[in-house]
Amino acid sequence: MTQQVSELEYLKMTAWQKFCYKFVAFFKRLPLLFVNFFKVTIPNAAKKLGLKFKDMGLTIGRAAKYGDWKTRTSFVLFGFSQLTRKQWLRGILFLVFELVFILYMALFGGQYLGLMGTLGTVETGMIETDDGYGKYVTGDNSLLILLYGLLTILFICVFAYAWYKNIKSAYLTQEIVEAKQNLATAKQDISSLLDEQYHKTLLGIPLAGLTIFTIIPIIFMVFLAFTNYDLDHMPPTKLFTWIGWKNFSAVFGGHLAQAENFGYTFAKLLLWTVIWAFFATFSNYILGMIVAIIINKKGIRLKKLWRTVLVMTIAVPQFVSLLLMSQMLSDNGAINNLLISWGWISKPIKFLSDGNIAKVSIILVNIWIGIPYTMLICTGILMNIPEDLYESARIDGAGPVKAFFKITLPYMLHVTAPYLITQFIGNLNNFNVIYLLTGGNPTTLSYAGNAGKTDLLITWLYKLVMERQLYGLASVISILMFIITAVVSLIVYNKSGSVKNEEEFM
Amino acid sequence: MAKKFRSKKRVERTTNIVIYVILTLISIVWLFPFFYLVIQSLRAEQGTATPYFWPKGWTFDNYIKLFTDKSIFNFPRWYGTTLAIAVVVTVIQTIIVLVTSYALSRLRFKMRKPLMNLMLVLGMFPGFMSMTAIYFLLKLVGLTQSMGLVGLVLVYVASSCMGYYICKGFFDTIPKSLDEAARIDGANRHTVFIKIILPLAKPIIIYTVLTSFMAPWGEYMFASLMAFGDQSYYNVAVGLKEMLARETVTEYFTRFCAAAVLISIPITALFMWLQKYYVQGVTGGSVKG
Repeated sequence: MTQQVSELEYLKMTAWQKFCYKFVAFFKRLPLLFVNFFKVTIPNAAKKLGLKFKDMGLTIGRAAKYGDWKTRTSFVLFGFSQLTRKQWLRGILFLVFELVFILYMALFGGQYLGLMGTLGTVETGMIETDDGYGKYVTGDNSLLILLYGLLTILFICVFAYAWYKNIKSAYLTQEIVEAKQNLATAKQDISSLLDEQYHKTLLGIPLAGLTIFTIIPIIFMVFLAFTNYDLDHMPPTKLFTWIGWKNFSAVFGGHLAQAENFGYTFAKLLLWTVIWAFFATFSNYILGMIVAIIINKKGIRLKKLWRTVLVMTIAVPQFVSLLLMSQMLSDNGAINNLLISWGWISKPIKFLSDGNIAKVSIILVNIWIGIPYTMLICTGILMNIPEDLYESARIDGAGPVKAFFKITLPYMLHVTAPYLITQFIGNLNNFNVIYLLTGGNPTTLSYAGNAGKTDLLITWLYKLVMERQLYGLASVISILMFIITAVVSLIVYNKSGSVKNEEEFM
Repeated sequence: MAKKFRSKKRVERTTNIVIYVILTLISIVWLFPFFYLVIQSLRAEQGTATPYFWPKGWTFDNYIKLFTDKSIFNFPRWYGTTLAIAVVVTVIQTIIVLVTSYALSRLRFKMRKPLMNLMLVLGMFPGFMSMTAIYFLLKLVGLTQSMGLVGLVLVYVASSCMGYYICKGFFDTIPKSLDEAARIDGANRHTVFIKIILPLAKPIIIYTVLTSFMAPWGEYMFASLMAFGDQSYYNVAVGLKEMLARETVTEYFTRFCAAAVLISIPITALFMWLQKYYVQGVTGGSVKG
């Protein structure tokens, strides 16, 4: 089904074959889409952004050219035009913002901006003094300089945007007054926040949280990728500094100071991460669906009991069941003990301590964890499949297996495609299962950075940071991971919407 | 004809028997770990694993000691801490998720699509890579050490708007004609949200409450960072992981099991009680029509 098919052949396919065909075709197209993303989507976005900047420039130019003295004063003194034209609320807000910014720069931000170039020059420690006694100095902390410097840069960007907004609003106010129309009063401004501008009210706080706790840290990590922050350059006692692209070249083939091959490890672990995500997602999906179907089958009693039994695993905190599983499966854990005492095996099975067996056990444990979720979701959807479909299938002579492949599966795939994609992406970054079960072990000498055979990229990163303090290198790897997963999922999401619409079921 | 009918019935019955066998097996496999957990928590002998299944001696000591012997591990304190965190996080997170979902589902503004793409992508960045930055940001405003728990709550709720996906799906299924009718009657968007959408969103509200209440019990990474090795600020996940450290696992394994049972009971009960809504919440978004 992988080869190109003609339109006629395509039309002849059953719904299930069509789905398979699209599925395979999509994955074959993925590399191309990936390239296109960088060739088309990003330049387009950049062009749009450029236009926006041009627009902003024109607005400012217009305000400078045609503005009266009040508007022009607003260029320096925020909100002046609004205040003198009795638009109190906006004026005061702009003015307060400017004052806050000036205070911030003078008292806090300004000093860090100057240090951003070197990330600090004074090292903490004893220095010689003239009188022969040493003196203890607290030096610069590169980490804090980087972080606070970044904060300051971002604040300046926000300030620049506010400046533009202020000018635009100032000029608009002037125009409205000149046209002898009514300015929006403070009361109208507020009530529009509950109606036309309601999204600003609702999203203000959530997005502020997102910016501070997610976006700023991510930019910070990107910066760290260009520094030599590691065990030998550990603040607060030591300084670290910019080293350009060295960390990147260490991952792509080169070796860092240590004789370890990070590129090889990255490739190997990436492969295992993808394999894991694939098996973890689809094994759960298919098995969970089958369980849901047999529980749902007509004539099976105690449906609620069977479901409740499975659902208990969702309710018990995952770390408890995972820690317990790792104890039970260890070399001298409960399962091995029992099997030995029953005389079924003579020496323990290395469920978690042999690389290949461990990989299988992890996937099995993950099935144990994941099936209830899929079961719950599938149950809800299965009940939605119109009963008369099965009825007519039975009259046409289709058995239960055929009905499954012709009706149930296509329907399920159709409805749960977004869920499946989310699951796959979630599994790529599934930290808990691996970390709590095996901790990535068994380790092997052929891998760099303490990586073990069952480590996913994300657990390896955790080790690089926590055990080896290789922050710079870890940042590079997380950036690479981020680019891969982010681009793929952006493509998949934005495509799956269109795929869903054009492919109507039945 | 009658014979054929009978044989069909017999086939039906054998399939059902096979299914019952499979379901029983599945139930055993799924329940075994919990059964084992309970048994172990009642075991009198110490040690991680015994070469026999049924304990030689039965006792409630493991439970009692969790609350009386607080010299090394202060379990009641962890439990209280986690419960408090979970309650506060639940309230704030539910509000944020509902508000974000409503905005993205019902309001139309220029940045809507880019914002949704942005949130999708941000979720993929490995969370702990940002831990250092977050820690120093919190330190800047004095929310570490003794204020660490406030910081922890802040970290949990700060990015919760990214979990809008399922809730938005649910809102999307509420007919738009309801909004329009209310708008014609002069209601603004705020009133529509409070008076029309929220009362219809009971399943998804309960779903959100349930998931956000459960999450803090299992969160390990940030909790251990914010506690900074100070036992009095541990949550249960960090504390229990500590119990299983190599030095203490032999002595404390049975107590670990007891603690795990105590943690599981309230959450399981809550979950069983609200299971119906959980299913409605999960499926409500994806099923249309």
